[in-house]
Amino acid sequence: MESDGALPASTGAVPPPRVNRGPRFGLGVEGARSLGIATVSTVVVFGVIAWVIVNSAGWPEVQRYFFDGAIFRESLPKILSKFLVNIQLFLVAEVLILVFGLLLAVLRSLPGPVFFPLRLMATVYVDVFRALPGILVILMLGIGIPALEIEAIPKDEFFWAVVVLTLLYSAYVSEVFRAGIESVHPSQAAAARSLGLSQVQTMRHVVVPQAIRRVVPPLLNDFIGLQKDTVLVSYIGLVEIFRQTQILSAAKYNFTPYVATALVFLVVTIPLARLTDWLIERERRKGQGGAKVAAADSRRRSRGRI
Amino acid sequence: MPAALSIRGLWKSFGHLDVLRGIDLEVAEHEVIALIGASGSGKSTLLRCINLIEPIDAGQILIEGEEITARGVDVDRIRRRVGIVFQAFNLFPHMSVLDNVTLAPRKVLRRSRADAHARALTLLERFGLAEKARDYPDRLSGGQQQRVAIVRALAMEPDLLLLDEVTSALDPELVAEVLHVIRELAAGGMTMLIATHEMGFARDIASRVCFLDQGTILEQGPPARLFSEPREARTRQFLNRIIEAGRL
Repeated sequence: MESDGALPASTGAVPPPRVNRGPRFGLGVEGARSLGIATVSTVVVFGVIAWVIVNSAGWPEVQRYFFDGAIFRESLPKILSKFLVNIQLFLVAEVLILVFGLLLAVLRSLPGPVFFPLRLMATVYVDVFRALPGILVILMLGIGIPALEIEAIPKDEFFWAVVVLTLLYSAYVSEVFRAGIESVHPSQAAAARSLGLSQVQTMRHVVVPQAIRRVVPPLLNDFIGLQKDTVLVSYIGLVEIFRQTQILSAAKYNFTPYVATALVFLVVTIPLARLTDWLIERERRKGQGGAKVAAADSRRRSRGRI
Repeated sequence: MPAALSIRGLWKSFGHLDVLRGIDLEVAEHEVIALIGASGSGKSTLLRCINLIEPIDAGQILIEGEEITARGVDVDRIRRRVGIVFQAFNLFPHMSVLDNVTLAPRKVLRRSRADAHARALTLLERFGLAEKARDYPDRLSGGQQQRVAIVRALAMEPDLLLLDEVTSALDPELVAEVLHVIRELAAGGMTMLIATHEMGFARDIASRVCFLDQGTILEQGPPARLFSEPREARTRQFLNRIIEAGRL
């Protein structure tokens, strides 16, 4: 511990006032005390909740149908093996969604009357697929179209799962990209055009790279949604984690496989959500820095004018 | 030989607001024109029209005899010959200084990366920015950013350079380094149109000063004459206010 007397008197420096900064780790006696209190109260509260649940009348039933250790151990490997299907689905669809979503956003952001038909097409597409419930599109396209039995159209379930997820999510993602494109100040495009870059080159080298940097956090948010929505395509007959869980649950007449699947999603999704929060926080701090610069800039400008 | 720039009867309105009301101006090669006048007199709009950032409503703009405001002119080709530097720098924040300077030469002039880099480094060196080549714009002072913006415009080797109040967004102690760069360009024979509030600078550097008032060039002449014996009452009024503000 640093004592106030340790400062040499000759410097004339005022020792920093000791302020209670609340529960921060590694910050002296106050910090340790706060941490201790937090730990004890947490243990007590959760202990009481657990005790109440375990000792309530219906608990043995709940435990038998939801938390059966033997069934859990037996079903987890099967569930995990089918989760690989979801991961493949997610990875393939994600790449397609990013490409298609960005294309839609760029089409909608092209100025001038020549591009009106392209803007209109992109707008109608986004409106339609954002308005429809996902499950409706999944059933209509994923089951309906293969059922037509047209030679040229593939019947593979994985193919249709990717198609449907891409159609649905690219509409959302294109709106995120579009917000990013519109957030880039027009003076950036003006600077690029004034150097002789064409409309397309300006988008490609100046506007879109800045837009993408800004929309990474909201994009990750959409991908958390996509990760979870990969289970919806179980309705078109693809055996992935959710269908596998249903099969196991029905066979044992027990809900423990659902709990196992829930845990799998928690383990995968929560870190991604935390990463997103962290990125948003970082972007917010940077944004404030940017706002400060802009304010100082406008002050200088008004001073410069007569 | 045709003039470097000629403007004939240029009109420009934003909605009901007539910003430029019949501008006529002839600029010879190697001339440096200072555009002075109150805010809103049309200086910036005039520069933006010459760079074809703003479409004009009537009149003609010719560069070396070619009418750039004619129908069907390749806008991108004209902009290659006319550089503009903005008040707010408008550097690309996601690119290093070197990439800011080489983007247009590489993508528009189709120069190789090595060639564009070599030329950019020569220019950066000339303006004391060589060691900043790898830095990003947010690491530079305002004065350095504006010098980079000037170098970025010069990298396209324009026939004509437009400077739009390039020192107005700078802290006072950073103004000199930017003015120094412009002086050097003028000494090198660059044809320039400079919208500015720096009257002392305009007097030193300009071969001709144009006073803009309500969208017209009310008075023009050599700086020695215009600053000491302005003919128009409004020019006198404007210059008196500048002197009162201690800026001349």
